[in-house]
Amino acid sequence: MTPNQLMFAIFSAVIIIFSILTVTSRRILRAATFLLFVLVATGGMYFLLRFNFLAAIQLTLYAGGIVVLIIFSILLTSHIGDKLEAPSLMKIIPAALVTAFGAILTIATILQYKFPQEVVANSDRTDIRVIAKALISTEKFGYALPFEVISILLLAAMVGAIILAKKRKD
Amino acid sequence: MFEGVPLQWFLITGTIMFFVGIYGFLVRKNLITILMSTELILNSVNINFVAFNKILYPTHLEGMFFAVFIIAVAAAEASVAIAIIINIYRRLINIDVEKMNEMKY
Repeated sequence: MTPNQLMFAIFSAVIIIFSILTVTSRRILRAATFLLFVLVATGGMYFLLRFNFLAAIQLTLYAGGIVVLIIFSILLTSHIGDKLEAPSLMKIIPAALVTAFGAILTIATILQYKFPQEVVANSDRTDIRVIAKALISTEKFGYALPFEVISILLLAAMVGAIILAKKRKD
Repeated sequence: MFEGVPLQWFLITGTIMFFVGIYGFLVRKNLITILMSTELILNSVNINFVAFNKILYPTHLEGMFFAVFIIAVAAAEASVAIAIIINIYRRLINIDVEKMNEMKY
């Protein structure tokens, strides 16, 4: 087993185990902590694939931003210490059957499909200069328009969140 | 194949994560846990994009940019969703989806 395979196995196991714990844990703060582990392991997988910039974004924005936001809202809206009520068996069984069926179908399709095997010369294109040029380029493979659109989306989300969470005067 | 790790392994990890997220989305009742399931689903899609990019098209960067934009959309979505959840909690003192059957009174 090569070191890459070993690291992949560790990250993959962490992702699978902790994502199952995230959706089954009955203490909501623990579920948020397990979600943090899943997100950090995903960041590790990006490091494994040599996407350093993306892994840094994952760690700062997801693990640092979104999880903190979720934990804040948990502290604001629920009492730490009480457990969530367990979902009824009538709900668990159909949901588990549907998702297990979907997962088995998808995995069988993935294993059957013949992906192209030849590996192109492993050029390291994830240099930060390449990324920066692509983000502001308007030519082919340039992302200037999505970049601007996403900035407007973020501004709109910020304004919307402030207006929604603002205290009403009535 | 990426230095010994086949593409299928990444895809299977992403698939399991995706369907675990869907299971949580169907079973959970608390709004914040549903939001966490959504984050799991978005993350699994990111793993797929990045693995396809690195293993099948290593000279391009499309998959990475899609992942970056998905992360930005997820951040916007989480902030607006949490604002809505806090607003609902202020009115109903409860964030259980089954007790929410009216949007405006």
